[in-house]
Amino acid sequence: MAEREQIKKPAPQREESEVEDAPATSGQGEELKAELDELLDEIDEVLESNAEDFVKSYIQKGGQ
Amino acid sequence: MAVPKICGIETEFGIAHTGTEDANPIAASSLLINSYLSEVERTGEGGPAAGVTWDFEDEMPGNDIRGIAPLGSLAPEIETHLVNAVLTNGARYYVDHAHPEMSTPECSNALDVTRYDKAGELILVRSMEAAAQVLPPDQELVVYKNNSDGKGNSYGCHENYLMARATPFFHIVVHATSHLVTRQIFTGSGKVGSEAPGLTTAEVPFQITQRADFFEEEVGLETTLKRPIINTRDEPHADARHYRRLHVITGDANMSEVATFLKVGTTAIVLAMVEDNVLPREFRFRTPVQAMRQVSYDLSLTKPLELADGTSVTALEIQWDLLDQARKYADSHGLDAVGGPVGEMVIDRWEQVLTSLEADPMSLANQLDWVAKYRLIQGMSQRHGLRPDDSRLAALDLQYHDLRPERSVAARVGLESLISADDARSAISDPPTDTRAYFRGQCLKRWAPSIVAANWDSIVFDVGDEPLRRVPMMEPTRGTVDHVGQLLADCDSAGELLSRLREPGSR
Repeated sequence: MAEREQIKKPAPQREESEVEDAPATSGQGEELKAELDELLDEIDEVLESNAEDFVKSYIQKGGQ
Repeated sequence: MAVPKICGIETEFGIAHTGTEDANPIAASSLLINSYLSEVERTGEGGPAAGVTWDFEDEMPGNDIRGIAPLGSLAPEIETHLVNAVLTNGARYYVDHAHPEMSTPECSNALDVTRYDKAGELILVRSMEAAAQVLPPDQELVVYKNNSDGKGNSYGCHENYLMARATPFFHIVVHATSHLVTRQIFTGSGKVGSEAPGLTTAEVPFQITQRADFFEEEVGLETTLKRPIINTRDEPHADARHYRRLHVITGDANMSEVATFLKVGTTAIVLAMVEDNVLPREFRFRTPVQAMRQVSYDLSLTKPLELADGTSVTALEIQWDLLDQARKYADSHGLDAVGGPVGEMVIDRWEQVLTSLEADPMSLANQLDWVAKYRLIQGMSQRHGLRPDDSRLAALDLQYHDLRPERSVAARVGLESLISADDARSAISDPPTDTRAYFRGQCLKRWAPSIVAANWDSIVFDVGDEPLRRVPMMEPTRGTVDHVGQLLADCDSAGELLSRLREPGSR
């Protein structure tokens, strides 16, 4: 659509190193998953114990 | 040239009083703030000005930029009887409706707003700790920095920007609308489900913003009902002949400093460009209210938004266009109006975030709230095989915004910090140096016993031997350290300050 072609994006300044890292993607994916697992473990420990009651009782009236 | 984009944020926090059957949000909010004020008075740290109350003299939230308010519109009411404190950092800390609310002092740039927003969080944390000293051991006040209770009740995080009165309002409406609708892709704090009438969690399992569900009008005066994308409150808190204050009510409260920084920084630049009339293209949505929700519901960031001229465009495309214009504007006009080097920082971060949103939004899990939250919600759903409407997901959503350090989920997801711990801490008690907040904060620090009341544009002194004296501060860019630093240093008392101010040519 001609209309949209008028919108020019500034050339993204990507870092070269990102390209070189590309072959390691699957390893990175596993690393990311392990990281998320660890984070979820940590968050499990601080979450309110009774989610249903907690959510039900959280009522906030009179706001802008 | 655009007037300096003096800006600030006012945040209404969610509050829960646990361990009691008859919790009352107004009483809880009052207890929270009064506990903090007593604690600070006792320790002498982070001083609010003891006994100094807010001065309602210039509050006119019912004034409409368009002239007379339309019949049937509901102007906000002023609640003068509730706790209302002015802090030595220039901020206002008060009970608004049924919520504790913090307004940052006036700042000259987005990084300072982010710093005072962070200081505000620290003050709320201290307030919870102070309240715990007063309450029975099985009770607690818990504060949430979010905008919705998940049951259709919303509370705001409003931004304010100084604008030139001469800029035509309709001109602001068009460009501000296109920015406010599309900036959601980086300002959103994320939400499980939808609170728009007729939509279920099955249809919208997760959306980008907390607030989009609550907007029903394009332009209007209300803030609690029929919320408009562009709010017309005309209450400049400054010389009304020269200025207006654009009151932006669409934003989410952010846990991410990057999101707050970009939210305020990009908006200040867009408004400066509107004032200098450099935006060549208008993006008029066919249905702005629908567009607002559409952007919030589209996690792929690819769905086109219909424009009034029959063409269509994506939120990302509008943001790329605004960024492109901002780069040109920086070259042609400079960025002094938005904090000079901070303006450059905003533009660089804006580009980096748009680039990442386009390539892989999930790569921004350490920068944007909605991405960080979405990653957790997805991870938890998969781990436990949860349906979108499982209350564990709603609970995780709420607890992302819990301000208690030992419970906060946002504090654990590795969000990038722009403000050092020292800078945030000093902002609890010290005002910005380059707006009139400096004069307000320093006077409160040094002469609180001689001050009866203060508000955004004046301070009322009582030095005992003469009638109460109001010192007006109608110019937000004056009263800075450069302007009054020496004068304040030279004065030993409030009385001396008043007599120096009375000398011809002193201000």
